[in-house]
Amino acid sequence: MVDINRRLLLKAAGISAFGTIFPSVGYLISAHAQEVISKNTAPSAKRWAMLMDISKCPAGCRDCIDACHGIHNVPLINEPGQEIRWIQKVPFSNAFPSQENPYSDISLKKREPVIMCNHCSNPPCVRVCPTQATFKRKDGIVMMDYHRCIGCRFCIAACPYGARSMNFRNPRPYIGSINPDFPTRTKGVVEKCNFCEERLAVGLPPACVAACRHKALIFGDLLAGESEIRTILRNNNAFRRRPELGTEPHVFYTG
Amino acid sequence: MKSEQDMTGHMDKNKITGRIWLCFLIAVIAIGVFFYLRQLSMGLSITGMNQNITWGLYISQFTFLVGIAASAVMLILPYYLHNYKVFGRITLLGEFLAVSAVIMSVTFVLVDLGQPGRAFNMILHPSPKSILFWDMVVLSGYLLINLVIGWVVIESERQGVASPAWVKPLIYLSIPWAISIHTVTAFIYAGLPGRTFWLTAVMAPRFLASAFASGPALLVLLCLILRRFTSFDAGKEPLQTLAKIIAYALATSIFFVLVEIFTAFYSGIPSHKEHFQYLFTGLEGHTTLVPWMWASTVLAFAALILLIIPAARKNEKWLTAACIAVFISLWIEKGLGLVIPGFIPSPIGRIGTYIPTGPEIAITLGVWAAGFLVLTLFYRLFVSVRAQSSSAVQRTE
Repeated sequence: MVDINRRLLLKAAGISAFGTIFPSVGYLISAHAQEVISKNTAPSAKRWAMLMDISKCPAGCRDCIDACHGIHNVPLINEPGQEIRWIQKVPFSNAFPSQENPYSDISLKKREPVIMCNHCSNPPCVRVCPTQATFKRKDGIVMMDYHRCIGCRFCIAACPYGARSMNFRNPRPYIGSINPDFPTRTKGVVEKCNFCEERLAVGLPPACVAACRHKALIFGDLLAGESEIRTILRNNNAFRRRPELGTEPHVFYTG
Repeated sequence: MKSEQDMTGHMDKNKITGRIWLCFLIAVIAIGVFFYLRQLSMGLSITGMNQNITWGLYISQFTFLVGIAASAVMLILPYYLHNYKVFGRITLLGEFLAVSAVIMSVTFVLVDLGQPGRAFNMILHPSPKSILFWDMVVLSGYLLINLVIGWVVIESERQGVASPAWVKPLIYLSIPWAISIHTVTAFIYAGLPGRTFWLTAVMAPRFLASAFASGPALLVLLCLILRRFTSFDAGKEPLQTLAKIIAYALATSIFFVLVEIFTAFYSGIPSHKEHFQYLFTGLEGHTTLVPWMWASTVLAFAALILLIIPAARKNEKWLTAACIAVFISLWIEKGLGLVIPGFIPSPIGRIGTYIPTGPEIAITLGVWAAGFLVLTLFYRLFVSVRAQSSSAVQRTE
């Protein structure tokens, strides 16, 4: 235990030293983001994770989806099979196909968990990407570089969670009102949830978490021993989507 | 004996047929280019691909054609390792077919890219963990190896000298390299978690078995076409040997598919069964591929019967029919029948539908036509060099 803590401390020291020298390395999305990051005063986490209490999520509520898609300029394309989704609600049996049983409570079947990129510790999308356009940060966030992506869609084939979307067309005409603080995408690239890394950089929680009035979404640092998410995970039985695949998803579910 | 006049009349007719063929290919390429320019400006939205089924006709053709390219080894190996002399007449045809097939494969990957202008990112930012990176390496290597071998061998033939000694090791290298291109292509599919249809260790052997049937089948057909329209005749024996190779490879390919079906259905695991149900019976009313898969199945078994019965195999009309059946059957099985069901159902249980659009089909035909244009030019060169060297042989005799 002591050894692990010491190693983490050394690692943290290493990362922060690296961070001081190259404060914005790898995370540059736009000139604006760079500006925000350079002003960064937020404490950096060692391992970000999300937790969702399915029982607290009321049917029909879309606050988290609207908030996320609004600030990230996610286009609204209303044709079947063409929708771009960073975060969505799906029936319980679609999110957890192997957790279904014919005798479960009807209220469970009616539930619609929110699903998003799981920011896996062992992400297959990162492994298969031929250009390193998708990569994993040290704090666990799986990132997309929209300027590096060649649109081969290998990452979509590799993702076992359906968390990625392809821009088959130019998304800009489908954005209601463009948020100038976040880049829009071009046609021919893949996009997905980024755990609101641009908000974390300035000390804000992810937009979906902030938008949830029911406290169904909890976000935090798993390696900070007394964080809320860590406490809930310690005291509750949480489960994850398709854990048997070894991807180590970092979106947890309870309820 | 035909009179000289007949011969020249025959030749002229073939010349005209050849010109019409080239014009036809160029027209198909032009239509393909026109629609590709539209795809460049509008994006892949002009195809039938969608968020559930993100690879379609293009990647299907890529997968199938890598097999055609790899199958050249079925000529090289018996000729160079077992000194099977009768293949000496046609090994070059196999190598040139491989070159054309690799060119088509790579082109299909390029037309499938959402941002083709950034294709060089694969070289600028290489990622050795990505199987696609290794596929690029082995495919470009294989293209280079076969181009060099083909070029050196035909140039030596043209000059009537023996091929230089350094080309021999290159030919031996091409044997494992051919295996590698189809193995690596199978690994693109076989290493993905959660895509149960592709997650099978038999994927690479399955790829090789079907390739060693479809490639030689195409080569037999090409030899028959060359005999009909040019002065080159491969002769009966190499075609009969190829027919036997096709029969064994096809039987192995069918066996591998049956092995997969056993594992899926005897285990009874829904996520393993669903893909095959989608292919052969339809899933929740989605039956797009069902008629195709049954056509593929019937053609495969019919071809196998024809190729196994010696009398049928030795009859060139039946042999032609069998080779066409093998080619179409495996084009379906290794193309759409392999790529599409991997995406159905989607990771969140959606059963999508994919139907290629007109522009997508036009682009696909354009790439095929470009491949056949390259192949035609190579084979023309081959036929003229062979005609020259055989008349030289006659003169010396």
